[in-house]
Amino acid sequence: METVYSIKPFLAVLISLCVVPIIISSRTENIREGWTFAAAIIKFLIIASMLPIILSGGNLEFTIAQIMPAVSIKFKVDAFGLLFALVSSFLWIITSIYSIGYMRSLNEHSQTRYFAFFALSLCAAVGVAFSANFFTMYLFYEMLSFATYPLVTHHQDKESRTSGRKYLFYILGSSIAFLIPAMLITFSYSGTMEFASQGFMQNVPPELLLILLFMFVFGFAKCGIMPLHSWLPAAMVAPTPVSALLHAVAVVKVGVFCVIRVITNVFGTDLLAKYGYNDYICYIAAFTIITASLIALSQDGLKRRLAFSTIGQLSYIILGVALLSKNAVMASMLHIAMHAFGKITLFFCAGAIYASTKIKNISDMVGIGRRMPITMGCFFIGSLSVIGLPPTGGIISKWYLVLGTLEADKIFLLVVLLVSSLLNAAYFLPVVYKAFFCTEEETMFEKGVKEPPIWCVVPLVITAGISLIMFFYPQPFLQLADLAVNSLGVK
Amino acid sequence: MDMALILAKANYWGYVILLLIGLYALISKNNLVKKIIGMVIFQTAVILFYITIAVKKGGNIPITPHGKGYVVEAANFMNPLPHVLMLTAIVVGVATLGVALALAIKVYKQYGTLEEDEINAMIREQ
Amino acid sequence: MSTHYPALIIVVPLLTAVIVAAVGWINKKYCFPLSVASLAASLLSSIGLLFEVMKTNGEVVYRFAGWEAPMGIVYNIDYLNSLVLIVVTAVALINLIFSKGSIENDFPDKEGVFYALYILFTTGLVGMVATGDAFNLYVLLEIASLTGYALLGIGNERSPLSTLNYLFIGTIGATFYLLGVGYIYIATGTLNMAEIALIIPKLPNVGIIKFAFVICMVGLFVKMALFPMHGWLPNAYSNAPSSSIGLIAPLTTKVTVYIMVRAGITIFTPEFTFEKMHLDKWIVWLSVIGIVMGSCFALAQKNYKKMLTYIVVAEVGYMVGGFWLGNKLGITGSILHIVNDAAMTLCVFMAAGIFSYKIGDHISDFKGLFKKMPFTMTAFAVGGLSIIGVPPTCGFFSKWYLVSGGIEAVKATGSIGALAFIVALLFSSLVNAVLFFRIFEVAHFEPFSEGHGHEGHSAVEINEAPLGMLIPFFIVAFSLIFLGIFSGDIVSNIINQFIPVLPAGI
Repeated sequence: METVYSIKPFLAVLISLCVVPIIISSRTENIREGWTFAAAIIKFLIIASMLPIILSGGNLEFTIAQIMPAVSIKFKVDAFGLLFALVSSFLWIITSIYSIGYMRSLNEHSQTRYFAFFALSLCAAVGVAFSANFFTMYLFYEMLSFATYPLVTHHQDKESRTSGRKYLFYILGSSIAFLIPAMLITFSYSGTMEFASQGFMQNVPPELLLILLFMFVFGFAKCGIMPLHSWLPAAMVAPTPVSALLHAVAVVKVGVFCVIRVITNVFGTDLLAKYGYNDYICYIAAFTIITASLIALSQDGLKRRLAFSTIGQLSYIILGVALLSKNAVMASMLHIAMHAFGKITLFFCAGAIYASTKIKNISDMVGIGRRMPITMGCFFIGSLSVIGLPPTGGIISKWYLVLGTLEADKIFLLVVLLVSSLLNAAYFLPVVYKAFFCTEEETMFEKGVKEPPIWCVVPLVITAGISLIMFFYPQPFLQLADLAVNSLGVK
Repeated sequence: MDMALILAKANYWGYVILLLIGLYALISKNNLVKKIIGMVIFQTAVILFYITIAVKKGGNIPITPHGKGYVVEAANFMNPLPHVLMLTAIVVGVATLGVALALAIKVYKQYGTLEEDEINAMIREQ
Repeated sequence: MSTHYPALIIVVPLLTAVIVAAVGWINKKYCFPLSVASLAASLLSSIGLLFEVMKTNGEVVYRFAGWEAPMGIVYNIDYLNSLVLIVVTAVALINLIFSKGSIENDFPDKEGVFYALYILFTTGLVGMVATGDAFNLYVLLEIASLTGYALLGIGNERSPLSTLNYLFIGTIGATFYLLGVGYIYIATGTLNMAEIALIIPKLPNVGIIKFAFVICMVGLFVKMALFPMHGWLPNAYSNAPSSSIGLIAPLTTKVTVYIMVRAGITIFTPEFTFEKMHLDKWIVWLSVIGIVMGSCFALAQKNYKKMLTYIVVAEVGYMVGGFWLGNKLGITGSILHIVNDAAMTLCVFMAAGIFSYKIGDHISDFKGLFKKMPFTMTAFAVGGLSIIGVPPTCGFFSKWYLVSGGIEAVKATGSIGALAFIVALLFSSLVNAVLFFRIFEVAHFEPFSEGHGHEGHSAVEINEAPLGMLIPFFIVAFSLIFLGIFSGDIVSNIINQFIPVLPAGI
């Protein structure tokens, strides 16, 4: 496997940081959004240009600074990192289009701040994806926490204040209380921070290993694992594009990304399997999956229901990697991509409904499909993908997950997955059903209610379309996940 | 502890007693000027301590007589260094006293009293 | 020229102080440039000195008036004090430039005297750091203290009383130190630090040295406001004028911690300090309590300046605890935190200066500030994040070393104190996060209300601070990130060069 020394990963991270001053100093809205758009596209192109090297089995490396003798700020692009970076940078482009439509049609205040911090968040997310060592990952993880705070609290009212407080308390509190000590204890035992294909924790005593595992998993509270999940529904006060990108893609996926990294590249699958510690994580994840789905059933606010659905889906990813079998780890990596496209479609739809009708609750949405057929059609595709039904990409990752569960010989977890899929269907399909199947009299909407502006509709059609395409053509992601799993040497 | 030890270390006992008197006044007196007096006693105790450690049995003042064939024998003289050091310490002490009194005057001008509890009561009322 | 750097550092400001006081009577205009020039000269000489030390890879020894030790006073400059010298002179210089406006505003007719005191105070600190003589250190300590009392006592109407209380406590601390030096002198017959260190291991009876050690340390702890001897600090600091507090708060405690490090390593030697004294565990516990209590008291404050003073108390606990962990990482963290905390404290106290000039000190008045003064608030946010300990600001890295030192100590000896120290550090980080985000929240969420604030401030329009304040403020905020990114270089090229090979088993 060749390693190429290249500045590309650094550029990919830097581009959205560099665009921040331009965004702030832009004089008109169009210039500002034009720059956001340009940065998003350039970023995606840079990331995509790394694809050939990675697919041919190589890596890219770039060191920014040597902070301490054994600790540096360093980027290394591998298949898994690239997979995540591709998804998040691509969705930044789509979300930028959507933001323009959404923010303008609602006449939101402080749009400049919004776009600036959005760019900053993406810089952090891709930084996490490309980190070569734990320190760099932690750096960008924290940067993401602070960059998203102004976005979550965008409305600056009482509700967003309490939610913002909760958000920071969970995210920052867990990282200070668990992550920092865990990182330093690890460093003190192993003397290195560089991710390795079978981890670097071999010198740590087994009892401490278990404690560290818990500290890491709960330290990354962004992964939404219970009982540290309640910031996620709270953070739904943010404007919908923020929820869409950050809480279906960037923030939460950064959380699970870090958990996968820790389990595979810090602990190493063999080490965990040797002591059987992964079982604990499996059970916590299984508990989260079922509980979150049950809570989602009872939520009337569409965004809140989506949030609990996200909590459940994130635990699929954690469950996958904690199973430690080849197909399961692959499934969890794939699910990052598949779920991202499905969930962002759903959020876009929720935002589109809100932008044209100001309605947030599911019980007020009877017959909305008659007025907004495109939006609700896409909503249907998105929910199919999240439930994991063909013909959408969601089925692919679920398929591998089921295979992985069988491989790991854990029938109990298979039952959990099936029950959860049923629950997913139970909380999504009634929304779609009520939106379309009702008489003209039952419809709660006047004839005048129309689809939202084109800026809002196009992105959600694109993401829904991609969800469909992924079913027929999952190759790039499948290949990347395959490469990633093979490089780990998972048995 | 026998009497001889106490007597042999009389200078130490002396300075410790003075030190404690000063400390007591500093901590527990209510009147600011009394506190300042305590502070001066406290400092002076340490100065006395330094001076007493310079003493040697049979030692003379450290001035060497001029004269042919006179051999300077350190054992015959008291140690001059602590004295020199204490000259500086005394100056420091005086300066501190000056600053303390200046501040006390300012406090008095402000509150019309030097009793600390009365001043604190006034601050609380504000 | 370069051979006289140690003298220049202290003599230039000493003479300038006298000149400035005199010039102040003639023409006030010249005071400021003169002061800036002298401090800049000191800063440049300190930097030159650091390079000299790195070049010779050891010590620069300067004998005043050519007298050899132990007769004369010797300045020994090594890696540690050349680093701290830069910190002291840089902080003094930047704060001076920053405070020009508020000095003119607060002391219209006493500028000359103020500048003279300011420089004299810096001289005292610089001398304390540079000197290699235990008694000389006492004298300079008192010079710094006396000028410090004067600088603090000219604040608001409560400042004379709080300063007088500080004076009492400060005198107790300094006198204890003097007493300890006396006992060292009895035992070793010398006052030169390097010679004391040579003689101590050879002494048959260390009882008297132990006594001297305890007395010295108690004196220093009082001076640096280690809990529970911190009572004087919050009042004295929060009542002081912002121009002097920007100098005193970042430097006084830090320089005293420096003296503790110097005493522990250079004077008493690490073998004695960590192995023979058996005090280390107790002092770590003391610092743990200090960190926790300091953080809790800070939480209870509604006044921004007061809150900062309790943070200072907690930070002292960081440094003391780190040093007494007794391993290389802990001591590194402690020394690094001297540098980083000076910069951090300066940053947040500069913000305090701007706030109290524009609005007041109460956190509840900081409404809508992000909108009104975005640049000031950005720099302030960097300072806050650094105190919380967010990478890549420097506060994160000193915490990194301190916590690593704690882990190292737990691994080596299983000491519960070290474990408590780690927990206390994390707890205090959390509390700091709450403290600063509470302010960010008020400034971010609550709409700006017209006609608020305290009497006397209503005439000031609430907007960005003037450029003369903003530029130094930004330099400091930027230095926090700079120090963070280059902390590895600072540690490996300077701090680790200083820390001697520690005896095994500690």
